[in-house]
Order: sequence, then structure tokens, then C-alpha cells
Amino acid sequence: MSEVFVMDAPETVAAPRVSEWKRFLKILFQRKLVVFGVFVLLCLVLVAIFAPLIAQYDPYKNDMAHSLQSPSSQHWLGTDNLGRDVFSRLVYGARTALEVGFGTVAFAAILGVILGLLAGFLGGWTNAIIMRAMDTLMAFPMIVLALLLVAVLGAGIQNVIIALGVATVPGYTRLMCGTTLSVRENEYILAQRAIGAKSLRTMVRHVLPNAIQPVIVLVTTMLGNVILAEASLSFLGIGIKPPGAAWGSMASAGFRDLGTHPLLSFAPALAIMLVVFAFNMVGDGLRDALDPKLRGKL
Amino acid sequence: MVTYIIRRILMGILVLILVSLVVFFALRLLPGDPALIYVSGQSGGQGVTEERLQEVRKEFGLDKPIPVQYWNWVKGVVTGDLGTSIRYQQDVGKLFAQRFPVTLILGFFSVIVSTILGIFFGLVAAIRRGGWIDTLVTFLSYIGLTIPVFLLAFVLIYVLGFKLHWLPIVGWTPPWKDFGMSVKQSIMPVICLATIPLAVTARQMRSSVLEVNNMDYIRTAWSKGLRERVIVTRHILKNSLIPVVTMVGIGVGIIFGGAVIEETIFGIAGVGQLLATSVFARDYVVIQGGALVIATIIVVVNIIVDISYGGLDPRIRYE
Repeated sequence: MSEVFVMDAPETVAAPRVSEWKRFLKILFQRKLVVFGVFVLLCLVLVAIFAPLIAQYDPYKNDMAHSLQSPSSQHWLGTDNLGRDVFSRLVYGARTALEVGFGTVAFAAILGVILGLLAGFLGGWTNAIIMRAMDTLMAFPMIVLALLLVAVLGAGIQNVIIALGVATVPGYTRLMCGTTLSVRENEYILAQRAIGAKSLRTMVRHVLPNAIQPVIVLVTTMLGNVILAEASLSFLGIGIKPPGAAWGSMASAGFRDLGTHPLLSFAPALAIMLVVFAFNMVGDGLRDALDPKLRGKL
Repeated sequence: MVTYIIRRILMGILVLILVSLVVFFALRLLPGDPALIYVSGQSGGQGVTEERLQEVRKEFGLDKPIPVQYWNWVKGVVTGDLGTSIRYQQDVGKLFAQRFPVTLILGFFSVIVSTILGIFFGLVAAIRRGGWIDTLVTFLSYIGLTIPVFLLAFVLIYVLGFKLHWLPIVGWTPPWKDFGMSVKQSIMPVICLATIPLAVTARQMRSSVLEVNNMDYIRTAWSKGLRERVIVTRHILKNSLIPVVTMVGIGVGIIFGGAVIEETIFGIAGVGQLLATSVFARDYVVIQGGALVIATIIVVVNIIVDISYGGLDPRIRYE
């Protein structure tokens, strides 16, 4: 691509941006729940990275002689019906959760942003086709669409990512289309047309950076929602396959012993909730920090 | 208004056609041969011969070109023929006819509970903005939005079932068979289903009331010296309900999604449980039919919601 017109502002923007960044952090960490959320997510990432160092036991090794033990100094959260250490499985489950979360969100967000940008910027038939396709996907509840896709593709982490990705694309597309439509009305976009810039260039260099902000907030909350959806699929036994350590399948396996060993199902379920809650809080914090007008409204 | 309704209905029909295409092609994209799946499902893996496969292909019209197959399938669907379940060897329409009432009854009560309570809590929180009720409602709605349905079910089953022995933990009886039992067995499932839509509605209602509160006519009402009760019920409530109407459409979707998990946990023979177990049994015909019926219900509900929204708020129609 030829770089004839460099219309972007030169480096002078750098100076005020420091205070901008400070203001952003100040608003972000204003609410205690956001601080809590960031803390939880940092812990989650660290646990996932250092899982082999934190877990004292092999999360997949059965030990029938020590099944269904209560919490002790050896097994902090006890053992499950196959004698596997619950704490170790919980630690490895963090990896699964993050893998599915980031995988799905990356897949859906990239696809959704491209489709939304095209629909909003080009309008007309492109818009009609893309948006009707999104309406179609939105007609299915997320879990039902995921069930349909997993039934076709089969279980397993990759297929769960594809299924949940397809199910969540409409959210990004609609949001991106909406912001693109409003950004398109700006005079600097008209200026681009006036100097004869190609549509693609205008879209990528000018509309995209100006319309992407709300997507960042959506990505954060969707990370939580997707982890919750994966847990639901695994809970039903059609997400991550059995020996794999996923919080949803742990909760479902523990359900059989709920009356006698409540911790087996409560521990993974609480872990899911904590993570989903944290992502939501951070998402809200980001929304406030990125767009002060919205604060306290939703 | 008439053009608005017609346009909305036409768009809904278009989406329904697209939904049917998605569902149809999801099945065609299967790596396996549907005839093979059917024959081996029917005979437990035995008797899979080429002649039998050809027979089945002919019987189900699988030897015809894809567009013809789609057309025949749609013709069947419109007349209520959703195919034959691979697992149950039964008409899928009949399977649904047995199970849909269960899901719909529980879903109906969940929508009622979540809508009424959501409107109430959202209203109270917004009117007492910044007070302890507001803080509590906002916090609880966050919890409601993030709690996994199964965690909620675990807590309820553990406390109300195992520890207090107040409620039965499994199964569901229709109200016309044993009313008392039915009510007891419905409490926990309805709480599980209603929680998320309740949180969504409360949040929507809260922000909607805050929006209306800023309007000139509310200030006028205050300056006229009206009592707070009159202002809240006559002016604020009525006007802030309009956006909340759309939540009903979203709520129906949430409830069908939640039913899959809730019915599996409580052992309720509804559509949700049927779908979840059908994935195991690789009973594609049932999943296909279920996804189609549920999506159709949601599209229709949303058409109704949008039309009544246009009726309630004249500003929408002219967009």
C-alpha cells in the first residue's frame, strides 16, 4: 500500500497522553470491586501459568485408595470420587478456562469486528446480508446453538471454542456496526473521501481505531460469559472431555456426592463464579474509564 | 404503524427461513452419513448392509439433490413432521409434544417472577439512588448475572433439599396430577431459571427509571406538588416500563438456554433435558428439531415484543 498521505497526528500527542493514561487508571481503580476484579484476574493468570508448580499432585492420576477424602493438610480441598486431588484439578482447570476464554474471544472478536466494520461502512446490501445473518444466529440461545454445533463437530476444546465463537460473533458485529455508523458521519472520514482515499484504507486506518473502543469493553465481559458457557457445556458433559480438568465437568462429577461431599461441586462452581464476576467488574471499570459519560448509568 | 408491523413480520419470516437453513445445513455438514447413523442406531451396529443403506436413503429421500431435500424437509416441518428420532425411533414432534408443556410451564412462571420482581427492585433501587437498597440491588444483580445456574442449583439443593429437607430435589409432577407436589417441585427450578432474567430486568429497569427521572415532566409533576406515590406510579413507572418490555424477548431466550442445565440437574423431562441427552446419543434429528422450534419461538416472541414496543412508544415507528 502506498504511503503518500500521512494524515495521522505527529508525535506531539505524546505529552498530553501521559495524563490521559493517568486519568484512565485513576477512574479504572476508583471502585473497590474493580480493584478486586483485577486482583482476581491477575491471580488467575499466574495460577494458570505456574500450574505445575502450584499443584502438588497430578490432576489426572486416579488413586482409588484415597477417593472422596475430606480436606486435610495433604489434600487441601480433599479428593474426588476417583481419588484425584481437587485443589490440583482446580489449578489446572484455570488453564482450560483461560484457553477457552481467550481462544473464543479472539476468534469471535476478530470475525465480529471485520463483519461489523464492513456492514457499517459499506452499508446497503453488505449491511443487509451481514446483519440478517447475525439476527439468525441471535435467534438461538447461546447454549442451544453451541449444542447444535458441538453435536455436529464433536466435543473437545477446539470445537467448544468454534461453537462458542460462532454463537458470540453477533454481539461484536452489532456493536462494531453501530459504532462504525456513527464514526462514519465524522468530517475526517468525509475528508478521506475528498482526497480520494480507498475505502479499505479509510476503514482500517481511520474508522477502525475510532470505533474499536467499545469492543474492548465487550471483550472483557465476554471473556467471563464465554468461560461460564464453556463451564455449562462441560457441566452437561459435552464440552471438555472427561479426563481433562475443566471446572464445569468437575462440578458435574461432584454433583453425585453433593449430599456428603459438597465441596467437590461447590469449589469449582465458586471458582467459575469468581472469575466471571471479576471479568464483569473489570469490564465495567474499563467502560467507565474509557467513556466517563456512561458512569453510573448502567 | 401498519407498514411498521408488515416490515417487522417480513423481516421475521426472512430470519426464520435463514434459521431453517442453518439448522438444515448443520445436519448436512455432519462428517458421517445420516443413513449410516440411522441404520446403525436402529439395529445397534448390526445389519449395516449396502442394500439397507440404499433403502433408508430412498425412504428418507437422501438420494435426491440437496435443494430438493431442503424443500421436502421444510414441507415436513410446516406440517409438523420433524422427522424420526434415531434414539427413540419415535416421531420427534411427539417427543416434543410430551416435553414442551413442562418446559413452557416452568419457563412461563420464571418469566412472570423475573419480570415482576425485576421491575420492582429496579424501580426501588433507582428511586432511592445511592441508598443502601440501591447498593444492595446493584450488588445482587451483579451476582445474579454472574452466578452459574448450576451453582445456584447446588446451593438450593444442598440447603433446601439435603439439610432442611423442605423440598424434593429431583423430578417434576404436572400440576393437574398433584398440585401440592408440583408447586414444591417447581420452586427450585423456577428460582434457577428466573435469576438471570431477574438481574437483567432489574438493571434495565433501574437505568430506565433514572433516565425518566431526568425528564422535564417529572420535574413538573414535583413542582405541581404531587405526592411521591402518585409521581412514581403514574409518571415514572409507566414511562420507564417501555424499554423493559424488550427484556421479555431476551428473557425467553435466556430461559430456554437455562432450561437445558436446570432440567438436567433436577431430572425434569423437558425439552432442555431432551436436547442435552440427545447430544450424547448423537440423535441429530432431535437436536435439529429442538433448535428449530426454540429459535422459532424466540423469533416470534421478539416480533410481538417489537410490535408492542412500537405501539407503546410512537417514536420507534418512524425510524
